[in-house]
Amino acid sequence: MLKGSPVLSIENLSIGLPRLADRQYAIQNLSLSIGQGETLCVVGESGSGKSMTAMATIGLLPNGVQVLSGSIRLAGTDILSLNEAGWCDLRGREVGTVFQEPMTSLNPVMRITDQIAETFRAHGLLSQAEREKRTLELLTEVNLPQPELIARAYPHELSGGQRQRVMIAMALALEPKLLITDEPTTALDVTTQAQVLRLIDNLRRKKGTAVLFITHDFGVVAEIADRVAVLQQGQLVEQGPVEDVLRRPQHPYTQRLLAAVPSLTPPPAKPLQGSPILLKVESLTKTYGGRGFFKKNRKVQAADAVSFDIRRGETLGLVGESGSGKSTVGRCVLRLIEPDQGRIGIGELPFSDLSQRELRPHRRKIQIVFQDPFTSLNPRRTVGHIISEGPIMQGEKPEEALARTRALLATVGLPEQAADRYPHEFSGGQRQRIGIARALAMRPDVLVADEAVSALDVSVQADILTLIRNLQKELGLAILFITHDLRVAAQICDRVAVMQKGRIVELAETAQLFAAPQNPYTRQLLAAVPGMQRMT
Amino acid sequence: MLRLILSRLLSLALTLVAVSLAIFLILEVLPGDPAAIMLGTAAREDTLAALRHELGLDQPALVRYFHWIGGLLHGDLGQSITYKMPVSTLVTERMAVTFPLSLMAILISTTLALPLGVTAAARRDGPVDRAVLAFSSLGVAVPNFWIGILFILFFATWLGWFPAGGFPGWSGSFWVALKALVLPAVALALPQAAVLTRVTRSATLEVIGADFVRTARAKGVDKGATLRRHVVPNALIPVTTILGLQLSFFFGGAILVENVFNLPGLGRLAYQALNQRDLVVIKDIVLIFSGLVIVINFLVDIGYAILDPRLRSRA
Repeated sequence: MLKGSPVLSIENLSIGLPRLADRQYAIQNLSLSIGQGETLCVVGESGSGKSMTAMATIGLLPNGVQVLSGSIRLAGTDILSLNEAGWCDLRGREVGTVFQEPMTSLNPVMRITDQIAETFRAHGLLSQAEREKRTLELLTEVNLPQPELIARAYPHELSGGQRQRVMIAMALALEPKLLITDEPTTALDVTTQAQVLRLIDNLRRKKGTAVLFITHDFGVVAEIADRVAVLQQGQLVEQGPVEDVLRRPQHPYTQRLLAAVPSLTPPPAKPLQGSPILLKVESLTKTYGGRGFFKKNRKVQAADAVSFDIRRGETLGLVGESGSGKSTVGRCVLRLIEPDQGRIGIGELPFSDLSQRELRPHRRKIQIVFQDPFTSLNPRRTVGHIISEGPIMQGEKPEEALARTRALLATVGLPEQAADRYPHEFSGGQRQRIGIARALAMRPDVLVADEAVSALDVSVQADILTLIRNLQKELGLAILFITHDLRVAAQICDRVAVMQKGRIVELAETAQLFAAPQNPYTRQLLAAVPGMQRMT
Repeated sequence: MLRLILSRLLSLALTLVAVSLAIFLILEVLPGDPAAIMLGTAAREDTLAALRHELGLDQPALVRYFHWIGGLLHGDLGQSITYKMPVSTLVTERMAVTFPLSLMAILISTTLALPLGVTAAARRDGPVDRAVLAFSSLGVAVPNFWIGILFILFFATWLGWFPAGGFPGWSGSFWVALKALVLPAVALALPQAAVLTRVTRSATLEVIGADFVRTARAKGVDKGATLRRHVVPNALIPVTTILGLQLSFFFGGAILVENVFNLPGLGRLAYQALNQRDLVVIKDIVLIFSGLVIVINFLVDIGYAILDPRLRSRA
């Protein structure tokens, strides 16, 4: 299958972690190769060692992490024996790299043109004028509109997708043999993701670059890979052509990962007719900015006459891209931020009419689970304290609240002793369970889940979704489920509302929305979901 | 950028007015009659009244405030009660000491701290880093007047390289005058340099760990150029904040050092005026120091905008 000798060939590579790490090897006995013009996707969950493989290939492993044995060859040359000058020569010229975070991967105080031109400069290529000319050509090549303007801009003036295109332009500036992309589209919206994936694929085809594509997302794999390598805990468990791995996975771990990817076909609908409406939102409106002296023209309509209701036991999905206003709606419904206009009713209670003082005893009725399990729990409080604080504030006796906390921990699938430990002792998935227990401790009627599973690996994500579904059945919660991930929405929501620029453009039963979307924007979103053809 | 400068200038002017009002009002409500203080307890009521009239104290407060501000705008700061001479002459004389002293201290502090902090961060945990940390711990722990006393004992009394104190004035030899300021400037600078070194080190360390530094390395930029072109310009942003706070301190902090080295500077004048309850001088000096702080803050704001394009477009 490989044309001639491989561009990248990794043989029996082992990378050691620092002594106090939770395991000895980041990578153990890994062998991979990528041919010219080929895309190899390295897939794995967090901690699988996939990024370490990339960093080893450009000689930028973090301090304390080092290659123990094995070899990495680039076009036949053993690169692990290079000295610092050799590495500097190789990086950028032979291997281009695109990293995950478009927001932080570019120098904030340097113009785009200088950052791209620096690639030439670092390798002593071209004159200053030629560098600037090539920069404009590169920006055009990655389909950036008005390259002259972009070149003069600073990173903060560009969108995430634009920045990622700049990163790609920079990585491909010297026409390297190998392009490494480490989760390049993970932080992007689906429509932007689809465009960036297409761009990488087109450039690969045009220039015959070998691509080492690192991702956790099987949808993305289905879109872009020629071959796939699956890593688990630093070990290669399966490798093969994309069709084989996706359709006939051999290793149980691959099978489990694939099974955990939420399907776009919704499960059969629950019977909800006749259940009472628990949350009713009418014409909710919120505008940001526009108050300052100079800021009149910077108004953002984050929520524009948003209306919906949720029945007891029902989950309404609020989907949309970043900046669509979905989180604003979530927070307004909780009155964590005050809406400008509109009515919010919880059961019979006119929630939006209450004064701050009147609101306090009723706060418990609606609770939220946040996105980031690592920052949403106070690191200096024990888990028991975190969960019982709300009920105690509401007047529950501390002993009772604590007893109930232990029971709740069991409900969300954690040992009761977890109450005496601190958040940092738990994994991301476990912390999200703690977050759910904290919300449930208030015995809410309505639960807002704001991207509650977005930061989790797929297998953990599947467990948390099951937990939420079971808790809903048991407690009859009405859930407002905010997510950017249409696969997740398809699996957990009874109805889905699609938001664009502060407006709900379509609201329908999940099965109907996915089978026959009415609004053009909904169709566009659905078409952009990675892996539509190969994985439904 | 122009809009930013204009809006900052406007707020600078407003702050200055607010500060002058505050100073005036505070001295207004303080107990004690300036005329009585000047003439002593034995003064007769009619002489007191005559002096009050001469000083303008018998006029309403608002009139006196505008009289003071109006004078300031013409460079007339009023007449010192104890020195019996115009405050403007007094202050100009003293500034000729405090200004060069502070500028020297700022120069010494930044030329020491910035390279040391960056080098320490670039060689984290190495011998240079350890030495720099030890130096800065010492510098932070030791007060500047005590360093001053040690310097006098060592460099002046024992080695005889520098004068132990006093100031010959700028009218004689420039180098002799400058030499008299070296020890006080170093004493003033060292503790601040120690703080600034630590801030620079930690700011640099933070930037070294940033994603865009990894991007630069992945492009093939070597360590030195990465440090120069990517790390330092970003690390300077938080360093500027601390430097701004320190600049004000250099002018205010001169009080102690000027007293130790017996230098006729603004700080010493403030101290003497306070002892002698010379309210006219105190009022003016407090306003000058406040004005300095406000102007420095303005410059720091402009400095931020030069360093950080994100602030330029937000304003």
